[in-house]
Amino acid sequence: MSDVAQSKPDPNLTRVPEVGSAPIGSAAEMRLTRLWESAPGWRGWLSTVDHKEIGLRYLVTAFIFLLMGGIEALIMRLQLARPDQTLLTPEQYNQLFTMHGVTMIFLYSLPILSGFSNYLWPLMLGSRDMAFPRLNALSYWIFLFAGIFLYASFPLGEAPNAGWFNYVPFAGLEYNTGPNIDVYALGMVLLGISTTVGSINFVVTLFRMRAPGMSINRVPILVWGTLTASVANIFAIPSVSLAFFLLWLDRQTGTHFFDVVNGGKPLLWQHLFWMFGHPWVYAVVLPAMGIVSDALPTFCRRPLVGYSAVALSTMATMLLGFGVWIHHMFATGLPTLALSFFGAASMVISIPSAVAVFAWIATIWLGRPVFNTPFLFFAGFVLLFVIGGFSGVMTAAVPLDFQLNETYFIVAHLHYVLLGINVFPVVGGIYYWFPKFFGRMMNEILGKWSFWVMFIGFNVGFFPMHLAGLLGMPRRIYTYAPHMGWSTVNMVTSVGSFVFAAGILIFLINILISLKRGAMATQNPWDAPTLEWATPSPPPAYNFAVIPFVASRHPLWEDRLDEGGGRSSLEQGYLLMEGREMIGTTPLDAKPDIILKMPDDSYTPFFLGLFSALAFTGLLLHWRDFTVLMTLACSVSLIVWMWPRKALVQRVPDSIQDKGATHG
Amino acid sequence: MLKKETFIFNLPLFASALMNDYESRFRHFAAVKYSFFSIGLAAAPANTALAENGVAPLNYFLHSHGPAATPTMYLGWVFAALLAAIFVIIALLLAGAVFRKRPTEDPRAIGREDEGMPWIYIGTGVSTCILFALAIYTLVTLNVIAKPTHAPGLTLTVTGYDWWWKVEYEDDDPALSFFTANEIHIPVGVPVLVKLKSADVIHAFWVPMLAGKTQMIPGLTNQQWLQADAEGVYRGQCTQYCGVQHAHMGLEVVAQSAAEFQKWQDAQRKTAVAVSTIDIKAGKQLFLERCAGCHTIRGTEAVGAHAPDLTHLKSRRLIAAGLLTNTPDNLVQWITHAQDLKPGARMPSMVLTATEISALSAFLSTLN
Repeated sequence: MSDVAQSKPDPNLTRVPEVGSAPIGSAAEMRLTRLWESAPGWRGWLSTVDHKEIGLRYLVTAFIFLLMGGIEALIMRLQLARPDQTLLTPEQYNQLFTMHGVTMIFLYSLPILSGFSNYLWPLMLGSRDMAFPRLNALSYWIFLFAGIFLYASFPLGEAPNAGWFNYVPFAGLEYNTGPNIDVYALGMVLLGISTTVGSINFVVTLFRMRAPGMSINRVPILVWGTLTASVANIFAIPSVSLAFFLLWLDRQTGTHFFDVVNGGKPLLWQHLFWMFGHPWVYAVVLPAMGIVSDALPTFCRRPLVGYSAVALSTMATMLLGFGVWIHHMFATGLPTLALSFFGAASMVISIPSAVAVFAWIATIWLGRPVFNTPFLFFAGFVLLFVIGGFSGVMTAAVPLDFQLNETYFIVAHLHYVLLGINVFPVVGGIYYWFPKFFGRMMNEILGKWSFWVMFIGFNVGFFPMHLAGLLGMPRRIYTYAPHMGWSTVNMVTSVGSFVFAAGILIFLINILISLKRGAMATQNPWDAPTLEWATPSPPPAYNFAVIPFVASRHPLWEDRLDEGGGRSSLEQGYLLMEGREMIGTTPLDAKPDIILKMPDDSYTPFFLGLFSALAFTGLLLHWRDFTVLMTLACSVSLIVWMWPRKALVQRVPDSIQDKGATHG
Repeated sequence: MLKKETFIFNLPLFASALMNDYESRFRHFAAVKYSFFSIGLAAAPANTALAENGVAPLNYFLHSHGPAATPTMYLGWVFAALLAAIFVIIALLLAGAVFRKRPTEDPRAIGREDEGMPWIYIGTGVSTCILFALAIYTLVTLNVIAKPTHAPGLTLTVTGYDWWWKVEYEDDDPALSFFTANEIHIPVGVPVLVKLKSADVIHAFWVPMLAGKTQMIPGLTNQQWLQADAEGVYRGQCTQYCGVQHAHMGLEVVAQSAAEFQKWQDAQRKTAVAVSTIDIKAGKQLFLERCAGCHTIRGTEAVGAHAPDLTHLKSRRLIAAGLLTNTPDNLVQWITHAQDLKPGARMPSMVLTATEISALSAFLSTLN
C-alpha cells in the first residue's frame, strides 16, 4: 500500500490511527456498527443524525412537496384549459399559483438537492458523516416544520396569495389584510434558518471531511455544484430573510420600510428579493447539473470530458449569478445604461453553461452509451437545458424582455429551467442511486416508460407556453377571454401537463414496486467510478469500515484507466473506532491532520426545530406568552445540545506542547 | 470602428427590408397554417381595429405598429431564428453522439479522461462570439427604442388602479385638461410620452403592438413612449400581478388621424350636458345618490375619485377595463352583476328595481 505510506498522518495528530482492514462480520466491523447505528424504533427515528437517514428524509419530504405543488398545477391547468372557466374563484386561483410557486421553488427544488447531497456527500468523499451531524438533523427538521407551517393555512383559505415573489405594496397590510402574507413571511424566515445551517454544514464538510488523498481536484462535480450553491446561499439567504422580516415588521409593528405614504420604497423589496432570487435560481440547478456531470459518464463508459472546465464553469456561473438580478426588473423604469449592463451580464452568464453543455455532449460522443433509464433522463436533460438556456438568452435581451417579461414566455422559460434542469436530473438521479439507497434495482421497463411519458408530456405541455407568451398572455391571470387567441395553446398545455403527471405517476409506481420486488443490487451495479459505490448497497451506518485513501478522481476505475497516479486503497485504511470518529483533512490537499470526535444521536435538533416552529406560530397568532415560552424552550434545547461532554473534546493539536506526541 | 457601427445600425434596417417583403407571404402562410390551430397568429391589415378581428390582440411577436415596438419585433425574429437554428445543430450533435456507430470493444473498457477538450474550446468559443454579436445587436436596439427621434407631441398620465386605468390629458391651461379611463386616444404618427403612476399597488402598462411594458410603481413616476404608425385600436393589458382581478385589467389605445383625434379631444373636454326629461332626471338623481361617491361626471355634483370618470361614458368602446363591450345591455349587466362578472372588483353589484334600472340607463345614455 504505497499510498497509505505516502499520506503519512500529520505529526500533530493527537494519536496516530491504526491502519488496517475491517471486513464485514469482523469484530472491528461489528464494533463500528454498534457505535454508529441509531437506536431502533421511534427513539432512533427522532434522534438519528445519520446523514443517509436525513438525506432520504429530505428526498421523500421534498418529493411529497413536489407532488402537492404538482396537484396545485393540475387544478390550475383545468381552470385554464378553456377560456372563461369558473372552476376556481380568482382568490382560490391566486392562492394556488402562489403556493405552487412557493412549494416548487422553496420546498422542493433546493431541499431535494440537499437530500442527494446529504446522502451522497460523505459517501462520495469517503467520510462517515457530515461535519455537523446534529446541525444536519436540525436543518431537516426546520425544513419540515417550515413546510408544514407554510401549508397549514392552506385548508383555511388563508394561504399566501401575492405570488412567490410577493411584491409590496400588494403584500403590505393595506392591500392584504389577512394572515396570508404573515404566514409566508414568517415561514420564509424559518426556512431560511434551515437553508443557512445546511449550507454551512456543506461548506465545512467539503473542506474538512474528505478522505485522505481526495485533493480538491478529485471531488465529484455534484460536490462542486452543492458547494457553490451553499456558498451562494450563505450570501443570498440573508437578503431574503431580511426582506421578509422587514415586511413582517411593516405589517405587525407599523414600520415603514415599504410603506409609500411614509417614505418607504416598494422597489427596495424587488432589489432585496431578486438579489436573493437570482443566485437561488442557480443554487437549485447547479447541484442538479452536478448530478448529470457525475452520473452521465457512468453510462458513457468514460470519465467526464473537461472536469476542470466544468468545475470552474460551475463557480463562474454563480459569481456572475450575483450580478444579474436586475434582469428580473428590466421593466421597473431603471436608466437605460443600467439595463445595458445587466442585460449584457445576463448574456455572458450563458457562456459557462455552454462549457457544461459541450462537455456533456462530448462525453456522450466519445463514450459508448449504455441506454439505461438514468441515461435517458440525462440525455433528455441536455436537450431541455439548451431550450431553457436559449429562452433565457431571449429574456436577457432588454428590449425583448420589455415584451416577454411577465408573460407566459417567462413561465415557459422557468419551467424548462426548473423542470428540465432540476426534475429530470433528480428523477434520473433517483433511478441511478436507488440501488445504493435501498439495495434494489428499479424496474427498467417502467423506467423507460416513465421517461418517455414524462419527456413527451413535458414538451407538449410546456413548449406551447412559449407561444402563449408570444401571443401576449400575461402570467397569473385566472381566466382569459376566447377572443384573445390563447384557447388552443392553453388546451394543449393542459393536456400535456396531465401526460407529464402520468409520467411522474409511473415513476412513483416503479419506486413502490421496486422497493418490494426489485432485483437485489450489488455493491456497484452500474460499474460506476466514485467512492459511494465502494460501500455495500445500502451502506452500513458507519459508511466506510476503514477510511479509504484516494489516489485519483475515479477510484473504482483505476484498474482500467491506469493513469499512473497510484492506486486508491479502499480495503485498508484508518481504523477509527474509539467512539464515533472521523479523520479531518486539510482543505486543499486532503492530508489528514486531526481526529474528529463525532457527536452521538440526539433529540435536541428535533426539539429545537419544533420549538422554533412553535415560536413562529406564536408570532403569527399573536400569542405573546406562548412565543416567549417557546423561545425559552429553544434556549433550553440549545443548552442541552451544547452541554460540554468529555467524549467530544476535540483535542485540537497544540503545535508546541503536543508536537510529535501520540496519545492513546 | 465607424464601419462596424454603420453595419450594426443597418442590421435592423436590413432585417426590416427583408421582412417587409416577406411579411405578406408569411401572413398568408400563417393564416393558412395556423388557422387550423386557431391560435390567432393570422394577421389583420394594419389599419383596421386589430382587437376586433378574432386574432390574438396582444400578439407582439408578429405585429408591431410603431417605432417603439418594431425594432424589438425584428430583434425577436433574429433571436428566435438564430437560436432555433443553433438548437437544431445542438440537437443533431446530441443525436449523433447518442446514436453514432462505434467499433465493438471490451464492455469493461473505460475511455481516457484527457480527450474531448476541443469540443469545449470550439463550442464555447463559437457560442461566445454569437452571444457577443447578439449582445451588441440588443444594445443597439435598446438605444433605438429608448427615446423617440423627435420630441413627443402629446403627453398623458396613466394611473393604475385596482383594476382599471385613469388617463389624464394634461394641458397648460387647466381648463383644457381632462380625465378619461381605460381608453387612450392618440394621434397617428406622433410620439406620445406616457407618464405612469399607481394609486395603490404595482401595475404594469403594456400595449405590446406599440411598445414594451413599464411598471407603475406607487411613489414613483415612470415614463415610456409609444407611437402608432397606423390608425387602429391596440389592446393593452396590466402585466404585473396586482390582485384578484389582475386578469381583467385591460385597456385600449385608439390611434386616429390628427383631425379625428382633435375632434375626440374637444368632445372629451366638454362637461356633461344638462338633462331634460323627468325619466333622465330620476336617473341622474339615482346616480348622485348611489354612484357619485366613487364616480365623477363633470358638470354635475358627482365628483367621486375612486372609479372611472364617466363624463363621456358612451363614447367608449369597452367597459369594466376591457371586460365587456359598451352596449346598453352590458352596461346594465355590469351595474347589477359586477361581482359576478368581475369578482372582487371595487364596483359593487347594485340592487336596483326595474324602474330604477331604466331611469339610470336613460341617464347614462346621455353621457356622450
